[in-house]
Amino acid sequence: MTQTATRTPILAATGLVKTFGHVEALRGADFELFPGEVLAVIGDNGAGKSTLIQCLSGAIAPDEGHIFFDGVEVRFKDPLQARHAGIETLYQSLAVSPALDIASNIYLGRELRRRDVVGRVFRMLDIRTMRRLAEQYVRNLGIETLQDITQRVEVLSGGQRQAVAIARAAAFGSKVIILDEPTAALGVREASHVEDLIRTLRDRGLAVVLISHNMPSVFRLADRIHIQRLGRRIAVVTPQSHSMSEVVAIMTGAAAA
Amino acid sequence: MPRVCVWTCGIVNGEVRHAAIRSAICNDFNTIPCHSAVDLLEFGHIHNKTHTGGVMKGKPRLVAAAAIAAAASLVVSACSSSKSSSPTSGSSANASASSGTNAGGNAGGKIQAALILKEFTNPYWISMENAAKAEAAKLGVDLHVSAGKADDDATSQIQQIDAAISAGYKGIIIAINSDAVNTALQRAKAAGLLVVVVDTPPIPASIADVTYATDNLQAGLFIGKWMAQKLNGADADIAMLDDLANQVITVDVDRDHGFLQGMGIPVGNPNMNGQEPKSGHYTGGKGGNYKIACQLPTNGSATGGLSAMETCLSKDPNINVVYTINEPAAKGAAQALKNAGKTATIVTIDGSCNYLSLLASGQIGADSEQFPGKMAQLGVDAIAQFAKTGTKPTMPAGKDFINTGVQLITAQPQPGVDSVTPDQAKSTCWG
Amino acid sequence: MAERSTVTAPERTTPVGRRRSASAREMLRAHPTLGPLVVLVVSVVVFGLINTRFFSPANLSIMLQEVAVIGLLALGQTIIILTAGIDLSVGAAMILAQMVMAGTEVNSGVPAGLALIIGMLVALLTGLANGFLVTRLHVPPFIATLGTLGVFTAAGLKYANGQTVNPPQSSVLLWSGKLLGTGTFRITTGVLTMLAFYLVFAYVLGRTAWGRHVYAVGDDIEAARLSGIHSARVLLSVYVIAGLIYGVAGWVQIGRVSSASTNISPTLNLDSITAVVIGGVSLFGGRGAVLGTLLGALIVQVFQNGLALAGVQELYQQLAEGLLVIAAVSVDRWIRRETRQ
Repeated sequence: MTQTATRTPILAATGLVKTFGHVEALRGADFELFPGEVLAVIGDNGAGKSTLIQCLSGAIAPDEGHIFFDGVEVRFKDPLQARHAGIETLYQSLAVSPALDIASNIYLGRELRRRDVVGRVFRMLDIRTMRRLAEQYVRNLGIETLQDITQRVEVLSGGQRQAVAIARAAAFGSKVIILDEPTAALGVREASHVEDLIRTLRDRGLAVVLISHNMPSVFRLADRIHIQRLGRRIAVVTPQSHSMSEVVAIMTGAAAA
Repeated sequence: MPRVCVWTCGIVNGEVRHAAIRSAICNDFNTIPCHSAVDLLEFGHIHNKTHTGGVMKGKPRLVAAAAIAAAASLVVSACSSSKSSSPTSGSSANASASSGTNAGGNAGGKIQAALILKEFTNPYWISMENAAKAEAAKLGVDLHVSAGKADDDATSQIQQIDAAISAGYKGIIIAINSDAVNTALQRAKAAGLLVVVVDTPPIPASIADVTYATDNLQAGLFIGKWMAQKLNGADADIAMLDDLANQVITVDVDRDHGFLQGMGIPVGNPNMNGQEPKSGHYTGGKGGNYKIACQLPTNGSATGGLSAMETCLSKDPNINVVYTINEPAAKGAAQALKNAGKTATIVTIDGSCNYLSLLASGQIGADSEQFPGKMAQLGVDAIAQFAKTGTKPTMPAGKDFINTGVQLITAQPQPGVDSVTPDQAKSTCWG
Repeated sequence: MAERSTVTAPERTTPVGRRRSASAREMLRAHPTLGPLVVLVVSVVVFGLINTRFFSPANLSIMLQEVAVIGLLALGQTIIILTAGIDLSVGAAMILAQMVMAGTEVNSGVPAGLALIIGMLVALLTGLANGFLVTRLHVPPFIATLGTLGVFTAAGLKYANGQTVNPPQSSVLLWSGKLLGTGTFRITTGVLTMLAFYLVFAYVLGRTAWGRHVYAVGDDIEAARLSGIHSARVLLSVYVIAGLIYGVAGWVQIGRVSSASTNISPTLNLDSITAVVIGGVSLFGGRGAVLGTLLGALIVQVFQNGLALAGVQELYQQLAEGLLVIAAVSVDRWIRRETRQ
């Protein structure tokens, strides 16, 4: 822990409070994420996991507390702002357009135009470059299941779609990728493939937040585990320091942190 | 169950003419014997009572009694401003007796009436509307104008008839879109409204109290005879550009069949278009061979006429006779002929001022002129008369409608067919 | 790493028995205009065999002229339907725009060019009204445009007051009715205008970011939003552009009949939707191409014309059109069904 404490967290939060009517979803939650690590966020239902993540990704604004991105305090008005800063969130719904092809999906919302007159005046897209670069992103991440970059996303399997979404998140210089239950809907083989992909992201220096209920998966992937309980972070552990049953005990309040 | 009856007093041009009940409301609530209540009233004996109001609730008999009192007070309060404090009780009583039920919303002291047209897009109906409004203004009639969404839209017309009943109008002038409105018109009659049908006679004719129509069959006969004379024995290759696809609307059938009969071609089924033999011998004029090249609906519009004529020319480029349901369709047909570089003789029915130039130049050969303004005018007159005196216009014995006339306009007069020139028609055309 | 490579191989196998229908679906899904193209070609051949006049240059040119106005309306409708919307106010918007164009020129004495611009502005405003209702007040497009259908119709009738307006022969408003061509094959500048618009929008939808965004919004509006697309802005622009296209349609309509009147088919909205649907554009959004709509409009026209030439009564033409629509939507459902698996 001393080793990490000297580094600046890429994304951090202190004392986050968020209430919905009478419900206190967050009661002074802290959060720290460092570059090049996979941080799993776990917690029982109602522990405030998703509220915490939504605050960090700009989907909702906390009532109190501070959020720091790369050491600077930030206040995101919407997810797009967070995204522009470099925080990419992959929702379970994946945010892909089924009828568009893989390359178009990877570039959706940030299409490249041709640089010549045709591009400037007639706003023609540079489809060839987008395909070439998209293919590169996909290959660089070692994704081999996506053979043809011009395939429409709707013909892909769940794991392949997840790969497209991750490739897109990784493609545009993001610093933080938040993954919400990335393997929940997948079969064993596909899930293991996505796990490989998450490791690749980490190896490339990105910071990954992994929200998951799947303990074996969390223990396979995570460098650190943020345990959320009753609206607060009650512990940060590592797969090395604690066993799976100890973590579950802390999470459910059966054991002290 | 609430029982409501509203009583009002009608003043026309400052004089009390009759007492009236908004019977439609009574009917809706299925209650008060309003008619008998009116019959009990003797307006001449009611003096100087104060106004109390017009909405009653209670048992029928009590309501009737209360209603009489209320009506009386209304009559009086309304009458007190009039010149004559003892109104012409004779005619008032007459009004209530002869109409059976009374009726006649007289808000603001004006006779209220509805004018329901086929639709609002054809200038023919707008011309009728304008003439009716002018006449209504002259006679102090408050005229509410509405129309169907298209000229086969009976649903809207039924709603508009029911609205006129509910509002307690004195009468309805309607150009019916189909027989589907018959039941609604019967409701209106039963509620005491004067039902005036214009343009196209209803079937059966008894649906209307009075019908002012143009004789569409006669209008068709004129152009048919004219065409037969003009052909002078030549073969006729005919395009029939009707109004609607369903081929059974009276005006559509009458005009189409009038034309065919004028040409001397048997119509086949008298109630439906398109049943004539597709080729044969026409007997009008010097007689000759004919062929029906095509028969298509135009929806009575220029666009429809254009499309239909284009299709007809594709089917048969040698068409030389074009019958069209109305002037917009004729204009469309003329445009199609012009685009294709063809010539044919077009005949039509309407007689608006807009198209006299096409008649003068021969783009339209002959046009049976009708008088929509006159029909509307007569309709408004009938309602005003009915409201004032309670008398309905009488229909000529053995006739289904009062004919407002037809005359043929053409720049190329033919022997044996009476006609006027486009120049002469300038004084009689409409729009 | 060894594990990973074993993962990749067997993923896309298909049971042998289903391969054929799956590939037919896959084909239609990848090329949504294929179906309408086949229908058009087959129907043209069949009608040509029934009546040889069908192929006469005069008849072919007339079919193109007939399709100009409805083709433009269907183009605007297509863009809206691609966003999973619908526009019931097309015909009314067009009629209002053309009445304003002709009315301002003839009745108010405005120069024709300016009258055209004013009419186009009115058309733009109709689109803006629809777009505002859909994006700002979140009224479902069906309801929003049902409402504006009434509003625009009333406005058109009020403005026209039953008049048929005839612009002078020299008016630029009649430009689109100008006949071009040789012999009996003659098309109007209006037809060329329509075709030009299809080319432009085929390009814009397929080759620009805006086009991609239109598809993405129609495909899954939430996904589009999360991808950083300003969905509301895209939707608003779609309705405004559709409005402008309706204005052009109004211009072409004036040229075609050489007058402006409110007395035009009351079912233009449904006719335009028919063309879109027969053209293989999905009513559920995000799928289809403008070329398909053009084919759809042509198919409807070919059926009407071909059946009329074959001497079939008008009511059977309507029947044929109805069956085509049902077939087209059924095919669309069939194509999409596999997507859900």
